[in-house]
Amino acid sequence: MAVAFDEMTGANGAIRPPYGELSRWLSEVPPEVLDHRRREAELIFQRIGITFSVYGEAEGQERLIPFDIVPRILAAAEWEFLSRGLEQRVMAINAFVCDIYGKREILKAGLIPEDLIFQNPVFRPEMNGAQVPHDIYVHVAGIDLVRVDASTFYVLEDNARTPSGVSYMLENREIMLRLFPELFSRHRIAPVENYPDELLATLKSVAPTTATSDPAVVLLTPGIYNAAFYEHSFLADKLGIELVEGRDLFVKDETVFMRTTQGPQRVDVIYRRIDDDFLDPLTFRPDSALGVPGIMSAYQAGNVTLANAVGTGIADDKAVYSYMPAIVKFYLGEEPLLKNVPTWRCREQDHLAYVLEHLDELVVKEVHGSGGYGMLIGPKADQAQLAAFRAKLKSTPKSFIAQPTLALSTVPTCVDEGIAPRHVDLRPFVLVGRDRVRIVPGGLTRVALKKDSLVVNSSQGGGTKDTWVLDT
Amino acid sequence: MLSRTADNLYWLARYVERAEYLARIIEVTHRLTTLPLAYVGTTNEWETALATAGCVDAFSAHHAEANEETVTEFLCFSSANPSSIQNCFEMARTNARAVRTALTMEMWDAINGSWLELKRWGNGPASREESMRFLRWVQEASLRFDGRAYRTMLRNDAYWFSRLGLYQERADNTARILDVKFHLLLPANEPVGGPIDYYQWAAILRSVSALTAYRWVYKESVKPWLIADLMILRDEMPRSLASCYDNLVRNLDHIAQAYGRQGPAQRQARAMRTRLKNHRMDDIFQQGLHEFIGEFIAANNQLSSTITQQYLM
Repeated sequence: MAVAFDEMTGANGAIRPPYGELSRWLSEVPPEVLDHRRREAELIFQRIGITFSVYGEAEGQERLIPFDIVPRILAAAEWEFLSRGLEQRVMAINAFVCDIYGKREILKAGLIPEDLIFQNPVFRPEMNGAQVPHDIYVHVAGIDLVRVDASTFYVLEDNARTPSGVSYMLENREIMLRLFPELFSRHRIAPVENYPDELLATLKSVAPTTATSDPAVVLLTPGIYNAAFYEHSFLADKLGIELVEGRDLFVKDETVFMRTTQGPQRVDVIYRRIDDDFLDPLTFRPDSALGVPGIMSAYQAGNVTLANAVGTGIADDKAVYSYMPAIVKFYLGEEPLLKNVPTWRCREQDHLAYVLEHLDELVVKEVHGSGGYGMLIGPKADQAQLAAFRAKLKSTPKSFIAQPTLALSTVPTCVDEGIAPRHVDLRPFVLVGRDRVRIVPGGLTRVALKKDSLVVNSSQGGGTKDTWVLDT
Repeated sequence: MLSRTADNLYWLARYVERAEYLARIIEVTHRLTTLPLAYVGTTNEWETALATAGCVDAFSAHHAEANEETVTEFLCFSSANPSSIQNCFEMARTNARAVRTALTMEMWDAINGSWLELKRWGNGPASREESMRFLRWVQEASLRFDGRAYRTMLRNDAYWFSRLGLYQERADNTARILDVKFHLLLPANEPVGGPIDYYQWAAILRSVSALTAYRWVYKESVKPWLIADLMILRDEMPRSLASCYDNLVRNLDHIAQAYGRQGPAQRQARAMRTRLKNHRMDDIFQQGLHEFIGEFIAANNQLSSTITQQYLM
């Protein structure tokens, strides 16, 4: 595995310009002060109740996501490039989903195998020919980026269903402002606090045409036991909209209403943080108690906007991911600005043969997995794990893709031993409204706190950092 | 406002108020058990505490004997008792978490902070001393939450619904303590006011933190009918039934005004307040205190389900 690129010290050991002030500050501030601030941050998080739950642990168990007090910094030019690439990618994703549930030109052109779409469990036949308001499917996207050197970023994953983490982006900044006013005064940093306004503007812009000029927007949560419940309530609060559960809504005459203290009130836009499967027990899983019976009929009648639309999972499927460069070119006629990680599709004979041959060098991912579950990191796996995956790959090759082990960039991080480099990724949030695309500078930086670990997922010991975009 | 949000706010306030009330009952019971039997009679104070908390049946399903240890555990920390102080905090926080958007940061901080601190007590205080500290802490947690709600909440329906929960719970608690104690202390064929009762009466006042208030209002030593007067009819006593209903009527009226519509809840609350205003203590004793209180508790419960039907579902 190549030596990782450190975003502060660069390839040659000289401090890179965006980190100049931070590096100076880190050398000045006594370690015990950092340690004290770190504990203070943890207390604040606990007090505010910024927690998440981990599936598989006792119900109602809440945990803190570790917060690292050393920021991750991007120069203005770096961000400007990323931002253009993100907009391009998300526009292409929207065109793709629209096409798949509409004319299917990309399939007719033979660019993507049909069975990859139609046999995909996240494909929703209910959406065939559906008219979603303003033809926008993915209103909120979280695009996971990783960096390998000074100029190369890869898209690791597109999240086009219900990406989470934006509350950490916002809270991390607030906490940093509170703990390190001194450090902030040495920089000029693009703000992120306007995200809730941008999100609300986006959601209002995609209201159905039958809605009033001041559409009623709500956030639909699975409830307090959901891992991301804190984020749901946080966002509803910042947006000033109702946080509803399925039982708060009902459908009458193909229109969605919420039960309020003043009787039923019409709902126009639902920012839903609940998966397709659970949305409507009449259409999808009949055992879902989280959804709203009949909501799909209101949706198909065009009386309510769901953000994101139903069926967008087809765009963030890991097998479809490998076609993303072709998708960008097909719909936009442009070269993709953001690169894909080279990906072997195990569904293809020659790819599978290569993967089996080089298993100990590759990362193998389940096509439908997420959250870092069901993943093999070849170089770190023992013989038994390799053998187990080899068997899995042979029996269901279609369920897997493989990628080279990337040397993810590192950023200085405050750990028990002091300040040390740790691997990071970046999840910017892209908002697509009827009027325009909005991207708040930065995003959520996730950091693998364990030495040499590449797994940044919060469910597996990852932490987060504040992400700064400088004005130069 | 979402009906469920209003419902959560209403119950959040009720659970916090209930936790405080339970703490007071236990504190007072501790105090009574330190007096010589000749001063307080031969009743088992811990059984009385259970009756006042309204959980005799639930208790006897789990314990054979009511004593300091079993009752304190049951009322404070038992997970088998849905109304134990610990469960009250648990439920209060669950409700609070579900409606964080309707709470101020200060309120959330108070309830979440208390919930986190509660863990510090583990499965219960190890000594009487620690137990007393715990009970003080519970009361302070409730006062802190209530004070923050009062000082930081917007005066809109969220505030009014949480006040409804608070005053309904408080009215219920006051009524229960009166019922249990009076029933116990006023056997049908005995005269009121034997000397032995003094400490029991004082304990009633203490359990609603009204001993000092009593002296200021009546400037007399404690007398049962004056205690009843204070706790049932006196507007200026914040835990009296009259005061609770004053507040219920006022908050229900705010809601009706904001929503432009009166309903059965407003009418029921006003009817009860009128009853309380027009009664004199003599009438109540004549009619039978136990009957009066029993009717009150039933009517208070009825109001609760009317509010639920009208607004919370």
